Amino acid sequence: MSRPRSESEYLARLTPPSVAAAGISRRGFLKGTLGAGAAVSLSSLLAACGGDDKGGGGGGSASQEVTFGSNQSDAVPKKAYADMLAASGLKVRVNTVEHEVFQQNINNYLQGNPDDVFTWFAGYRMRFFAAQGLAGDLSDIWSGLSGFTDAFKQASTGDDGKQYFVPLTTYPWALFYRKSLWEERGYQPPKTLDELVTLAKQMQKDGLTPIAFADKDGWPAMGTFDQLNLRINGYQFHVDLMAGKKAWDSAEVKKVFDTWRGLLPYHQKDALGREWQEAARSLLKKESGMYLLGMFVGQEFPKGKEQEDLDFFAFPEIDPSIGTGAIEAPIDGFMMRADPKNEEGAKQLLKYLGTAKAENTALKADPTVIGASSEADSASYTGLQKKAVEFIGSAESIAQFLDRDTRPDFAQTVMLPGIQTFLKNPNDVDGLTKSLESQKKSIFTS
Amino acid sequence: MSDLPTVPAARAKAPAPRRRRGRRVQVTGTDRVFLVLMVAIPTLLVLGWVWVPAIASVVLSFARWSGVGGLDTIHWIGAENYKNVFTNYPPFYPALRHNLIWLVFLFVLPTLFGIFLAVLLDRELRFTRFYQTAFFLPVVLSLALIGFIWQLLYSRDQGLLNGVLNTQIDWYGDSRWNLWAVLVAAGWKHAGYIMLLYLAGLKGVDPSLREAAAVDGASQVRAFFSVVLPVMRPINIIVIVVTVIESLRAFDIVWVINKGTNGLELISTLVTQNVVGEASRIGFGSALATIMLVISLVFITIFLSTVMRGERR
Amino acid sequence: MSSATTATRPQAAASTTTRARRRRSPARIVLYVFVTLTALAWLFPVLWALLNSFRDYHYTSLHGYVSLGGFTVENYVHAWQQGEFTRHFLNSLIITVPAVLLTLFLASCVAFVVARYSFRFNLLLLGLFTAANLLPQQALLIPLFRAYREIPLPLWMSDSGRLLDSYWGLILVNVAFQSGFCAFVLSNYMKALPHEMFEAARVDGAGVPTQFFRITLPLCRPALAALATLQVTWIYNEFFWATVLMQSGSKFPITSSLNNLRGQFFTDYNLLSAGSIVIALPVLIVFFVLQKQFVAGLTLGSTKG
Repeated sequence: MSRPRSESEYLARLTPPSVAAAGISRRGFLKGTLGAGAAVSLSSLLAACGGDDKGGGGGGSASQEVTFGSNQSDAVPKKAYADMLAASGLKVRVNTVEHEVFQQNINNYLQGNPDDVFTWFAGYRMRFFAAQGLAGDLSDIWSGLSGFTDAFKQASTGDDGKQYFVPLTTYPWALFYRKSLWEERGYQPPKTLDELVTLAKQMQKDGLTPIAFADKDGWPAMGTFDQLNLRINGYQFHVDLMAGKKAWDSAEVKKVFDTWRGLLPYHQKDALGREWQEAARSLLKKESGMYLLGMFVGQEFPKGKEQEDLDFFAFPEIDPSIGTGAIEAPIDGFMMRADPKNEEGAKQLLKYLGTAKAENTALKADPTVIGASSEADSASYTGLQKKAVEFIGSAESIAQFLDRDTRPDFAQTVMLPGIQTFLKNPNDVDGLTKSLESQKKSIFTS
Repeated sequence: MSDLPTVPAARAKAPAPRRRRGRRVQVTGTDRVFLVLMVAIPTLLVLGWVWVPAIASVVLSFARWSGVGGLDTIHWIGAENYKNVFTNYPPFYPALRHNLIWLVFLFVLPTLFGIFLAVLLDRELRFTRFYQTAFFLPVVLSLALIGFIWQLLYSRDQGLLNGVLNTQIDWYGDSRWNLWAVLVAAGWKHAGYIMLLYLAGLKGVDPSLREAAAVDGASQVRAFFSVVLPVMRPINIIVIVVTVIESLRAFDIVWVINKGTNGLELISTLVTQNVVGEASRIGFGSALATIMLVISLVFITIFLSTVMRGERR
Repeated sequence: MSSATTATRPQAAASTTTRARRRRSPARIVLYVFVTLTALAWLFPVLWALLNSFRDYHYTSLHGYVSLGGFTVENYVHAWQQGEFTRHFLNSLIITVPAVLLTLFLASCVAFVVARYSFRFNLLLLGLFTAANLLPQQALLIPLFRAYREIPLPLWMSDSGRLLDSYWGLILVNVAFQSGFCAFVLSNYMKALPHEMFEAARVDGAGVPTQFFRITLPLCRPALAALATLQVTWIYNEFFWATVLMQSGSKFPITSSLNNLRGQFFTDYNLLSAGSIVIALPVLIVFFVLQKQFVAGLTLGSTKG
């Protein structure tokens, strides 16, 4: 199961309507959403049913149609995107593909007949496509965009210095906790690693699991690795490591694993059989003290009091000379295909999508992400979202998450099983890192 | 009516090897076209969809290719992929081990049990229809569906097994247990399949053989082993081959549980992981695929030679 | 030898006393008990799913599963809606029916030629076909996947424009893989048909099509029925190709759609049970109604007819 991207995924994964135990009637809510969603999906399905047109390229114009490839397949974000596109003033034809499939299929998609504009993420893969000539240069649009910090611009830039990506939303990874529980027990967010360990020990004494943890799908634990690496070795080392420029069996990486091993006793046991939703629920049920995850952890918290109770703090500092300036905040946004049929229309659409107005419409769907632009309307944000804005806005550098920052084949076939091996056997760090390095060498040399 | 004049072989499309039924026939124009089409179209389909990809897999295993870009972006690197598979890929040996365990398990438990059940059911029992239905039932279910159904028993918090045994074991999630849990589910299906094959074979055994053995004073068990089993040789071979092939092709159930990670690695899932999705290690995946092909072809050849030998009888 | 004559006495005459005696023997009773218990144990997982599919989640989460009560039909309704079963069943239908028909037709063609006419390549051909049926599918994934991506299809055949993510793609791959088994079985069956009929027909001037369609196929009806039963089950249950060659979630046949439903169903196991039962239902019905054909099909393939 992938990282969720929207609230409707949360809705779709709810405990069933027949559970009244949580005291919230979801039956009507769910039915209503499904009904509305069905109506919208049907109409957009019909719109998308036209399939890809096989026509060749052309300059196009703003009055012609712009095709838009979307991975927002769940009902609520689909509607939000539809609203957002409708407000652009352009004629947009949306082709929606289930988001997991869209991501897996991206190679085929881009080499086949992609839409003029399509949804994607910042990170290695974006740069890879740009380098392969599969994405259109958007630097001229960027000169007209405002509201994006340098960190966002950097995340949108390809290897050749040109921009290829327009951000829409983002969310931070951090340690999440329930305010009410911490107030009750008198806990304070730790600022350093030692404070974290002390706090964890205290939590254990109080009968809680200090840190919730789940890695059945293989990717959540990558977040922990990233945070530790960013704190211990710094942003630049992390980026270089992801790019294959640094060795995995170096002392720096081994230090990360050793530190992690030291923290493992405070993590929830048997993580390899648990999915993140379950760990999030342990946080909800006040059985765990905190959870290192993305802000989408809020999707497992019922709306209202529980969601309000959620708060987060940055992963504590480990090396004072490095501090906590680097954070992890995956950015979702849009790219343009290399040879769009309607280039003018596509660029105009992208220009619109890079505005705060577009973001505001999209954000209505999901309270667990925030707009990438600092001009986004934060008035209707929840407390958590407001804090996230500040958190991301003040970050020195933003990483994208391991599986978006490095080659996907490396992430998928090497890191995923590698980290799971580590969790099963944390003592053999030397063997693990040696294996990671030799596999990396065999993959990156191409 | 049997001795119809046969036309000399000179004009016949079919050569004149002496087959049992003397099929020296003349095939004229349109008939020949039809015959060719009737063979060519299916053959081309099978060649194109099965054998050409098989060869292509072997060829690609000597390359490095990301799958992005055309055929001109392929780099040929010799046997490097194989070297990496055998020395530089941690999930490989566990996967091999699991496949082997799968094979041995299927043999020792479900296959033998299926044979045992077949022998039992061969005894003219009264409710045999019910028994057969009960044992055959899992055979018609998809292995993926079986994974889901057994989840109801295996789940850590809501499964019956933990509820009854009062344990907290995550049968599907704990790498100490999950392979065995999956094997029980797969064996549940496999035993029925073997039983069906064997039962049919047993019904074909000449009853006089068994009577003779009974007359000679052999106990039932001895009669089975010394008289029936040898006669069932073709079936035995088929049972063996089916078991091997099924253990090599195991994929569905493991994929729906956790995509073949954490104790459930199999070579088939490794191939798929390396290819499907964004991770496009085409050459490397092909090397894994070729290994699968080689192992399968060994057994398929044994199977075919046995069966074809029977053809020529 | 007197015992020989005893042995050759017709079964019916001997059986009345023997059967009566056999029914009483303790060994026989043990046999019945064992087989019955085993059969019930065998059915248990499915029965358990069936039982829970009718139970309310709220009830079972409160009382645990080792309990009885809380019966409802709601799970089926929810499972159908949330799993979008209508669409997926339709997809399964669109894929299975043409695939089975095409498989049987092409396999009969090949079997006809191989059975009636002897070529040098007969054995090789059969071997090719049968081996194709036995190869592990994952080993062929990569080239097929790439090829499917390249091969264009007209839009009226596939709305993706390519063989990838199209119903035809899935149909063809199933046909290619299954026709081997069917060809093998049918060729055996056809060989057993009396060749005098064909000689007579040939003398009467019947060409190959007539021989095939008017004589052979009708005679092969039992074998075809048996194979059809098997093929429907196997193609319906087919999981791998549907998962990798189909990209749009809305086009998945029902068995592969299971994979996508995990997220929605993973908390509520009663919902999962209901969903599983619904998905298993078509093949179960086919199995119960056509059990004889099913068994015949498998045995035809393994024994010598």
